[in-house]
Amino acid sequence: MTPDDRYYITDVPPETPEPADQPAPWTTTTVVGKRLPRIDGYERVSGAAVYTADVVLPDMLYAAVLRCPHAHATVKKIDTARAEKMPGVVAILSDKSPGADIPWFNTRTGPLSRLFDPHCRYEGEEVAAVAAETPYQAWDAVRAIAVEFEVLPFVGAAEDALKPGAAAIHQGGNRSGEVSRYSRGDVDAGFAAADVVVEQTYSTACEIHAPTETHASVAKWDGNRLVVWDSTQGVYPIQSGLVQLLKLPSSSVRVIGNYMGGGFGAKLGISKHTVIAALLAKMTARPVKLHLTREESFLAVGNRPPDTMTLKAGVKKDGTLTALQMTVLGTGGAYPGGGVGGVDWVVRDLYTCPNVKTELTDVFINAGQARAFRAPGHPQGAWALEQMMDQLAEKIGIDPVELRVKNAPTVSQGTTGTPPYTSTGLTACLEEGAKRFGWREARKRASGDGPIRRGVGVAAGLWRGGSGGPPATIIVKLFADGSANLNMGASDIGTGTKTIMSMVVSEELGVPLEKIQVEWADTATTQYATASGGSKTVPTESPAARAAAIDVKQQLITMAAAQLKVTPEELILTNGEVVSTADPSKKVAITGVAALRARGLIVGVGYRGPNPEGKVITPFGAHFAEVEVNTRTGEVRVVRFLAAQDSGRAMNELTYENQTQGGITMGLGLALTEGRILDRNQTGKMVNRNWHDYKIPTAMDVPAEQTVLPIDLHDYQANTAAAKGLGEPSTIPAAPAVANAIYHACGVRTPDTPVNPTRLVALLAASKKRG
Amino acid sequence: MPEDPDDPTKQGTGFTRRGFIATIGTGAVAAATVAHATPGDAAPAAEIPEGAELVRVTLNINGRSHRLLVEPRWSLLFVLRERLGLTATKLGCERGECGTCTVLVDDKPRYSCMMLAVESEGKTIVTLEGLMRGEDLGPVQRAFWEEDAFQCGYCTPGQIMAVEGLLRANPSPTLDEVRTGVSGNLCRCGAYAHIFKAGLRAAELKKQEGGRS
Repeated sequence: MTPDDRYYITDVPPETPEPADQPAPWTTTTVVGKRLPRIDGYERVSGAAVYTADVVLPDMLYAAVLRCPHAHATVKKIDTARAEKMPGVVAILSDKSPGADIPWFNTRTGPLSRLFDPHCRYEGEEVAAVAAETPYQAWDAVRAIAVEFEVLPFVGAAEDALKPGAAAIHQGGNRSGEVSRYSRGDVDAGFAAADVVVEQTYSTACEIHAPTETHASVAKWDGNRLVVWDSTQGVYPIQSGLVQLLKLPSSSVRVIGNYMGGGFGAKLGISKHTVIAALLAKMTARPVKLHLTREESFLAVGNRPPDTMTLKAGVKKDGTLTALQMTVLGTGGAYPGGGVGGVDWVVRDLYTCPNVKTELTDVFINAGQARAFRAPGHPQGAWALEQMMDQLAEKIGIDPVELRVKNAPTVSQGTTGTPPYTSTGLTACLEEGAKRFGWREARKRASGDGPIRRGVGVAAGLWRGGSGGPPATIIVKLFADGSANLNMGASDIGTGTKTIMSMVVSEELGVPLEKIQVEWADTATTQYATASGGSKTVPTESPAARAAAIDVKQQLITMAAAQLKVTPEELILTNGEVVSTADPSKKVAITGVAALRARGLIVGVGYRGPNPEGKVITPFGAHFAEVEVNTRTGEVRVVRFLAAQDSGRAMNELTYENQTQGGITMGLGLALTEGRILDRNQTGKMVNRNWHDYKIPTAMDVPAEQTVLPIDLHDYQANTAAAKGLGEPSTIPAAPAVANAIYHACGVRTPDTPVNPTRLVALLAASKKRG
Repeated sequence: MPEDPDDPTKQGTGFTRRGFIATIGTGAVAAATVAHATPGDAAPAAEIPEGAELVRVTLNINGRSHRLLVEPRWSLLFVLRERLGLTATKLGCERGECGTCTVLVDDKPRYSCMMLAVESEGKTIVTLEGLMRGEDLGPVQRAFWEEDAFQCGYCTPGQIMAVEGLLRANPSPTLDEVRTGVSGNLCRCGAYAHIFKAGLRAAELKKQEGGRS
């Protein structure tokens, strides 16, 4: 289902009113842009922060879900008799239970599935659920439910989905949507005009989000009112989902997000476990906690779809790109999950090229459905394009940084009408990044002649999202004692949203950060916000926070003007005082404004206005990696890394650096270690469904030296905070930068992720470059 | 794309390592099975306990003695979080892989998901709550805040306890020793570079305060 259906009237994007007036750019700032620790650091390091998984309510039950153990099967019979009699078991929910007939994956032609669909299309699909006094007893009962499955033939890889005789996952076959095609110019003419043409097939493995806090929901009913604590990136989309599925008015569903332990896209919308918790709580008339196991998080709540990408590129000797052609095969699993969405965007938009053609085919396989994962499609596309750029640079004998700079665009060629970007920091990212990294010197250094070889690589990227936009509403309250309250519906998914919005308010009102209290991510008490995803939270919420603070300031100045018997126009707010610019002796402290004290507080409302028309807002980045390759074992050690990012204004240098390092780290996982392995031939089951076998980067795998270089372009065309998104662009170029460094080190091209020792040692041996 | 015989994701359909169960594969005849559905395991479940006896234990946690009745199979993590409400210690995997449940047991970092409550008796257990001095943060906690050594904060209690344990054994660690000290604690947000800084900063702060937690 579309997560936010209720707030999106058909084809009309949601809006908030434009703020009364657009504030002038900040000329200088005293708070915004500084390197400041988080306002909620105390809660996070003391253990006071309560995450959904931590919620313990009086009389609470624990739920566990019985999931299909087969890649593809039909439930023939469920026998719960034994489980029902087990100690501590209070309720068992399955397809036949009253109220459980809830449609799932709605499409134009009807729902594709339901809450407990007897046709299980992937390993891990929900079959039944239990509520018991302890989680141990709930799992005992799950194990005691006897299910008769008819095991069906399965499709275990995208390459198998369209073969004759492949098992049909849905009526109508295994294509997920139409083939997506894009074309501009004439690629054949472009290739004919090229001096060099290179064609290569690349692939990226399926990655699992694996946030440290797995998905969790706690549901509690008070009569007909439902309260749900949910580990989510957006409380309003979860509320919206529950309202639709349970057929309740919005006012009867309160979703509390507060602290959440990571999402990366896997927690943007409603999931089945949340509905299951709500239904079990209703059945038992007791609160129910459902905290998914690590294994369930690997199987059933999202992934980055695997993509196989064939890219053909033409270039002239002077470095002019003449044509790019890309074909993609991907899969979002057993349900529409965007198996190829966004994969070709870097090909369409990152470099100036008149002739581009792409064709993307999305298919169903018997595996858990994909969900948005940190820059959907972009890291995959960049893995292909950015290795290709290196291959072209080598063929024509030009430096890889120089080739990229030469083709840096000023307009968005992939967008209809080729509108200009509001700001383009790509060249600055490449050139300033190269300088700071010591690119030229490092590139010339010999890689060594022993078994350990050193090399450096570069890659660039852009993110199609990251503009932010309406709707967003924020309320700021100024108390008579000069402290303030900031009220917003957005989740802080670990990126520092609460801190940055407080900095915006502090900048406008002069209230120190320690005197700002934030209320956030609760549908009952905070304002409407879309989910924190798409790298849009800062550019969406900051202008709304600024507008709310300005609304407060204007009311305060009006009050002070009456008290000082001057015109509001001559008053400014500075250092906690309202002062006349005409006669600085006329002033009053915030705490001395009589009308404010009489009222108790001022409430300011801020809305997010629309983005500029005819312009495209896009963040850019360039990454530089240095690696050591052991040509005997195939091990790769990333020695140091530099990320130069153009995300408009850097709102807080400290959290900016941290988030970018997170992007680098996740990119290292994509490049070197991560990949879902399905037992494609025998069972279709996932082989590495835990953190031991599915390897995310650990402290031993990342360089301590991770330099982050903000290209601090203040983009006031984009919005009144001059910021663009950062979270996703900071991961897009990381993996291909490593691949290009590996090539520079040992002369072996690595088209497939993960480049683990097994794979690399085979490639080294095949090219006779093994040490 | 070249076939990679070592990678099951890249194997062609003709390749079967274990031909004798290949009949379950693509194009095979459907077979009906009855399974007690442990996720990911089609084998019948082991014998299921029909109501376990509760056992009396006394646990020494953060300097307080707690007398409890527990099932013998309950983990220390479960008792901390769901029975005592000490939820700073997080649950991440329940299989000793992520370290988010790290506590100190007799001054050493241990995964509390891998310890039973009954075997924790007679030991000195310290959780993140135990590093607080009233409402004030301890030096390792302050270092993590100052250096912004977290993003979502969910692995943070475990990271802090790992560093606390490291510093109790080694008050002046090198960068590599800090790195090794937190190598059993996963951070999916990828805040490791700041965690390393925080580990080194924590050592300084702790020394300034005479080694106190």
